Amino acid sequence: MSWTAVRRVVGPPLAAVGLALLVAALVLVVSGADALVAFGNIWEYGSRLETVIESFNRATPLYLSGIAFAIAMRMNLFQIGVEGQYILAAFFAAYVGAGVGSLFPPLHVALILVTAMLVGAAWAGLAGWMKVTRNVHEVISTIMLNAIAVAGVVSFLLGRWKIESESLDTRLGDIATTGWFPSLNPIVELVTREIKRVELTGFILVAALVGVAYHLIINRSRLGYDLRATGANPWAAEASGVPPKRTIVLAMLLSGAVAGLVGMADLLGDQHFYSLRFPQGLGFAGIAVALLGRNHAVGAAVAAVAFGWLERASGVLEVRGDAPREIVTIMVGVIILFAVIAYALAQRRRRIEAAAAASAQVASPQAVGAEEAET
Amino acid sequence: MSVAVRLKGITKRFPGVLANDRIDLVVEAGEIHAICGENGAGKSTLMKILYGMQAPDEGSIEVLEQERTFSSPREAINVGIGMVHQHFMLADNLTVLENVILGAEPSKGSLIDFATARSRLRELGDAYGLELDLEDTVGTLEVGERQRIEIIKILYRGARILILDEPTAVLVPQEVEELFRNLRELKAEGHTIIFIDHKLDEVLAIADTITVLRQGRSVARVKPEDVTAQDLAELMVGSELPTPETREVTVTDRTAVEVKGISVVDDTGVTRLRDVGFSVQCGEIVGVAGVEGNGQGELVEAILGIAPVTGGSIHLHGDDVTGWSVRQRREAGLGYIPEDRHRRGLLLPAPVWENGILGHQTRNRFLSSRVWIDEDASKDHATNVIERFDVRTPGVHTPVHALSGGNQQKLVVGREMATDCNPLIAAHPTRGIDVGSQAAVWEDLRRARAEGLGLLLISADLEELIGLSDTLLVMLRGEIVARLDPAKVTPRELGAYMTGATA
Repeated sequence: MSWTAVRRVVGPPLAAVGLALLVAALVLVVSGADALVAFGNIWEYGSRLETVIESFNRATPLYLSGIAFAIAMRMNLFQIGVEGQYILAAFFAAYVGAGVGSLFPPLHVALILVTAMLVGAAWAGLAGWMKVTRNVHEVISTIMLNAIAVAGVVSFLLGRWKIESESLDTRLGDIATTGWFPSLNPIVELVTREIKRVELTGFILVAALVGVAYHLIINRSRLGYDLRATGANPWAAEASGVPPKRTIVLAMLLSGAVAGLVGMADLLGDQHFYSLRFPQGLGFAGIAVALLGRNHAVGAAVAAVAFGWLERASGVLEVRGDAPREIVTIMVGVIILFAVIAYALAQRRRRIEAAAAASAQVASPQAVGAEEAET
Repeated sequence: MSVAVRLKGITKRFPGVLANDRIDLVVEAGEIHAICGENGAGKSTLMKILYGMQAPDEGSIEVLEQERTFSSPREAINVGIGMVHQHFMLADNLTVLENVILGAEPSKGSLIDFATARSRLRELGDAYGLELDLEDTVGTLEVGERQRIEIIKILYRGARILILDEPTAVLVPQEVEELFRNLRELKAEGHTIIFIDHKLDEVLAIADTITVLRQGRSVARVKPEDVTAQDLAELMVGSELPTPETREVTVTDRTAVEVKGISVVDDTGVTRLRDVGFSVQCGEIVGVAGVEGNGQGELVEAILGIAPVTGGSIHLHGDDVTGWSVRQRREAGLGYIPEDRHRRGLLLPAPVWENGILGHQTRNRFLSSRVWIDEDASKDHATNVIERFDVRTPGVHTPVHALSGGNQQKLVVGREMATDCNPLIAAHPTRGIDVGSQAAVWEDLRRARAEGLGLLLISADLEELIGLSDTLLVMLRGEIVARLDPAKVTPRELGAYMTGATA
């Protein structure tokens, strides 16, 4: 990749982050805090090994959520049902994972993951099925399905299937240790130092694997070509032989399967049960990840880590009393806003340049002829 | 005679393109002034500048001897300039009356004063012989009538200078005569008409003065009595016009595609195609003539497998494919050049090489295994198409939206020709491409025919149809109304069949 190409890819998001820092500093100053001290504290706290590990732990589900959204987005499906899909998937995965007791570890983990992917795919597939049979827009159906999943199915079944425990938290299942995902701490400690309190989730490897598979399937496979063709122009795709309905359902199933994995880092690596306090909002956060990462496997990874880090490192603001941590929410919002603007500008420039290059091709032989005609 | 419009040294640049290059245009008051030139010669840009839709980079505009600068069409309308676009801007569910006054309604208090509007429109209609029933819903009207509404719309707004952008493109010959009668009456009333066209016989029949544009420049200003159609064509293209003409008969006894009594009913229950049957042999070109919208689109979509048929059967190389998916049909060799390349033929944001395999992405030659696309083979294929069909592009990675319309069309045609499709359905294969490339495409089609291609050719260009086809079908209201021998038919006769005048 040439230097200009690199600049074009990283330029817009970097500009967005830079502008967001400026806006955040402005907000801090207006609210009477010392921006430099606050940023200094975030940096100091954020560069600790433990914070970095927590950032990656947070980035892992964010990334999967972003990829789930991006899969559908590549064919212009606005799949905002990742939220409901991953919560429902985590719920049933916890139920099945706890229900089988102890198993041969890889088998136990695989069973839980497959359950989650199937549930996520089924829930997303429902929206796809409604789109192709009843022409229901996926935004409407996935919003509804989110509500049904979280407020309906999960609330209803949690009340029936909950287990008794000393904590006040209503929880479902306790997955036996054979269904736990290993931590990567021993490996990280080989090259760094002893890690306190936190564990780097091994699920980050699964996320990376999903990212690679996403990139290869979307950009290099026949199926990916069909998906992207449908996204670029559904009418031309149809005429080229892509079955439109089957492709919509397939994209939703794939997206939902990845969505099903979003909650697995927490379920297998951290909590080992489903409860009312299971992380929420990862599905919507994933939209921002996909947006900032331009639906690109690497771009989304960078965005996920960035958002994860901002969220974790900002905790220090409240601890030290520098500023409310909501300042980070503002920053995230501003980054997304500026990124969208910067991408739009960059794309317009690319379009103009490409058109100029193409018409230069056309003009060159004719320009000679025109000059001859003039003389 | 006074001058209605004087454009001096108009220059307009688009990124990388010089659309208008110091164009001078003088239109005298009360004349019909034709502007002709090939696609991409700069006609539309020049008219958009005169109508205030675009600002020139250089040059001046004088209307009725007064220098003007327009920043919007509204300002052009205010000095009496009106424009009828190629694509009509009418609301189908409103009546003629409502459409005409839309945006310029006479009011009585807070109500629309329909009575005043009605009587003013009657006056206008009577004065210019523009016959229309004001209470008809526009959706039910023919193209010619819709065009008349557009003309009345601009007259109602006080236009004295009318710009018509390729008004005859959508009309059948009989409607063209009607339009010309209307234009002559408008001229008799002292209106000035600027008329964009590239059908030379029409230009010669109606215009008082002709300005010819070529590659963004005004190359000639002539009087119709001083030139022949051949002279004009030479001015436009700067060379001799090629004539399509198929040589020896190559028809074989192998059937490429056979359609038996198919019908198509659209979503609203209207029958679009009724009991259509014909066959195309390998090595044969079957042309389909007809005014656009008489079932050609539905026929193409039925053969392709997009539009479900309600009766009859479709066969490719002897196999009954009526129940097959689009993909199965494409894999059986069916090629497709769509009439609207942007809608059905291209992925505009995608690079040239990806577009080069669209429709053929399941062929083994573009796959490295069952799952993966072979990028190298696909790029080689795109390079081959670019070279063979003279597609002007910086490379295979350029997004297709950056290419000019003609080059996009060459890419679509080249893609289908270079993938050895058989049969091939081609709708308007040379629409929007320059004369040189048009001749090359015709040559390629002939060569492929000699090698055994069965081609179903749908075209609005009668010369192309007659010159290339071995058999000619005429479609009218979803039915095949005539089977003609292209060697014996004249464009005049064909026009009569197309409008149903001889039935």
